[in-house]
Amino acid sequence: MLQYTLRRVLLMIPTLIVISIISFAIIQLPPGDFLTSYVATLRQQGEDVDTAQLVALEEQYGLNQPIYVQYWKWISGIVLHNDWGRSFEWQKPVGDLIWERIGLTMFISVLTILVSWLIAIPTAVYVATHQYSFLDYLMSFISFIGLGTPGFLVALVFLWVMLSTFGVNIGGLFSERFIDAPWSVERVFDMMGRIWLPILILALENTAAIIRTLRANLLDELNKPYVETARAKGVKENALIWKYPVRVALNPFFSTVGWTLAALVSGETLVAVVLNLQTSGPLLLRALTSQDMYLAGSFILLLSTLTVIGTLLSDILLAWADPRIRMEG
Amino acid sequence: MATENVERVIDAKQGIAAELEDAGKSESIYVAPQWKLMWWKFRKHKVALISVFVLAGFYFAALFCEFVAPYDPEAFFTRYTLAPPTRIHFFDASGALRGPFVYGVTRTRDPVTLRPMFVEDPNVIEPIQFFVTGTPYKVWGIFDSNIHLFGIKAAQADQAFFILGADRLGRDLFSRIVYGSRISLSLGLVGVLLSLVFGIVLGGVSGYYGGLADNIIQRVIEFIRSIPAIPLWMALSAALPPDWPVVWTYFGITVILSLIGWTGLARVVRGRFLSLREEDFVLAARLVGSSEMRIILRHMVPSFLSYIIASLTLAIPGMILAETGLSFIGLGLRAPAISWGVLLQEAQNLRSVALAPWVLLPGAAVVLSILCFNFLGDGLRDAADPYSR
Repeated sequence: MLQYTLRRVLLMIPTLIVISIISFAIIQLPPGDFLTSYVATLRQQGEDVDTAQLVALEEQYGLNQPIYVQYWKWISGIVLHNDWGRSFEWQKPVGDLIWERIGLTMFISVLTILVSWLIAIPTAVYVATHQYSFLDYLMSFISFIGLGTPGFLVALVFLWVMLSTFGVNIGGLFSERFIDAPWSVERVFDMMGRIWLPILILALENTAAIIRTLRANLLDELNKPYVETARAKGVKENALIWKYPVRVALNPFFSTVGWTLAALVSGETLVAVVLNLQTSGPLLLRALTSQDMYLAGSFILLLSTLTVIGTLLSDILLAWADPRIRMEG
Repeated sequence: MATENVERVIDAKQGIAAELEDAGKSESIYVAPQWKLMWWKFRKHKVALISVFVLAGFYFAALFCEFVAPYDPEAFFTRYTLAPPTRIHFFDASGALRGPFVYGVTRTRDPVTLRPMFVEDPNVIEPIQFFVTGTPYKVWGIFDSNIHLFGIKAAQADQAFFILGADRLGRDLFSRIVYGSRISLSLGLVGVLLSLVFGIVLGGVSGYYGGLADNIIQRVIEFIRSIPAIPLWMALSAALPPDWPVVWTYFGITVILSLIGWTGLARVVRGRFLSLREEDFVLAARLVGSSEMRIILRHMVPSFLSYIIASLTLAIPGMILAETGLSFIGLGLRAPAISWGVLLQEAQNLRSVALAPWVLLPGAAVVLSILCFNFLGDGLRDAADPYSR
């Protein structure tokens, strides 16, 4: 087990290096560099640009040096000094801007996975054991709709329905007086009162996917001889289903939970833009449109790193739960 | 292994034969070629069959959008700003049946709220006709015509027939959705074809040769799937120069989407290669001295082509969704390009959604086409292996 964990952690290092290179490439993509935009902004505001300051900044970011040196300066700044560069739109260090938003994104995504399992697993077990019942057809219909409708469209429709029938705007994670307030118990309560809607919207697609596949897996599993044997031995039906076939049928989900996390973080970006949530999506979009590249690059780097770590954790958990995986490597 | 397979096929054929008994076709099953078996199996999936017709309609509209759309998608009239869908009537004020027609609509303002209102004038009757003459257009830049599939005789400036309402600038939303289907639906196809090229080459290498190549490609796929796609797509498409012509942006977006989209297809191809590699007919071909290329192209590809087509169909919705999402937040295609995502940008403004909920309708087109592709893909996947029960 320890050996498996160690090998997976070591394998993650090249992955993280590739992620950092991609993020750095994204920072470099738009024409010009951080300083030309910075100088242009300052000139626009009618401020004088101090040449000495410019040279100092150039030195600090190594802009006069070859690209691999720049990359090294950027990544070593992050890893060694926790210096993520400066956002020139906000005139703040990037580190001050991203952590709360990344945290909220991850919080929402993980909660969404849990909520979708909580809804999907009992539903799928019910419809698989009651095949061709009314509820079975109803759930198939709903899950097809859920699979075909992108989260951001569902969010748009929700916004419109709530606004036209109740006259309330459900956008945002906090009520107005808490938006810029520091974290407090009340702020958390305020958020919990609003966070369930984005979570339900995000969970819809994942729930639909789980119900569909789990139902199919379970139907295969329920016809196998071991189920018949257990039944013949007099195991109670409920205990039997939950203890054996469900566990087998659930395996693929736990093994791909990392990908689910990546897909949710990805989908959350768009839903957050529509619902104006204070998560990474809207800020990333703004950073990209205003070419605030250090901010955008840091978002990509952090979101990808966190999903890769999430995948790793789920792999280790799975290996712990299922010895066969450890052996295969 | 081989006899087992033959028995399985005979078993399955007997099963289908029993089902076809009443149709009097039970004999033909034993001589039916594979594609015929697939068709019989596919036909049983009724929803997939319906989806084929709906999608055919969509693609017809996309191909001949100038003819299907009643108006020019760019023609704007301030007097029709956010006009609601025109009501279609069958009976006039006296109760007599007059076929489908619309009343003339005049724009007034609500005296209290000053909101614009659209009032029907029962004295002006405009019958809806098929193949009506209207705005002249050029199909694919070659043929001149002025015949539209349906519409009313009056010029758009005098009296307009908005089947799905008008947008913020008074442009016909239905015409815009029809024109938008050209980009949105073709981008899905071009995108999966590009992903297919990557997917077949890399998945094929991975599955056929195995070993180190397989290991590297599998790690790359796992890596790509473990990073969130939309933030990466956003960053890449934000880097496309905004002054590029529409066609360039279109291909730029397609390439960006395929860069991640190929992984799913590569996995399917690899899986099929892995299972086919061990089959007897591949060994036989190798023993009689066929070249590697011939084994792959002549023997292996045809036997998993149906799986590829099914997974291609299931990959199209993702492409359409991605384009819609990117254009919706303003990082994909931009006006003057017309795609469903670009049209949905209008729905970003909550005020106009509240005033004119029909600006959400391009979303309905997206959902409908995605549902159809999903159903069609399901049907094809079932039909891909006609011997399974």
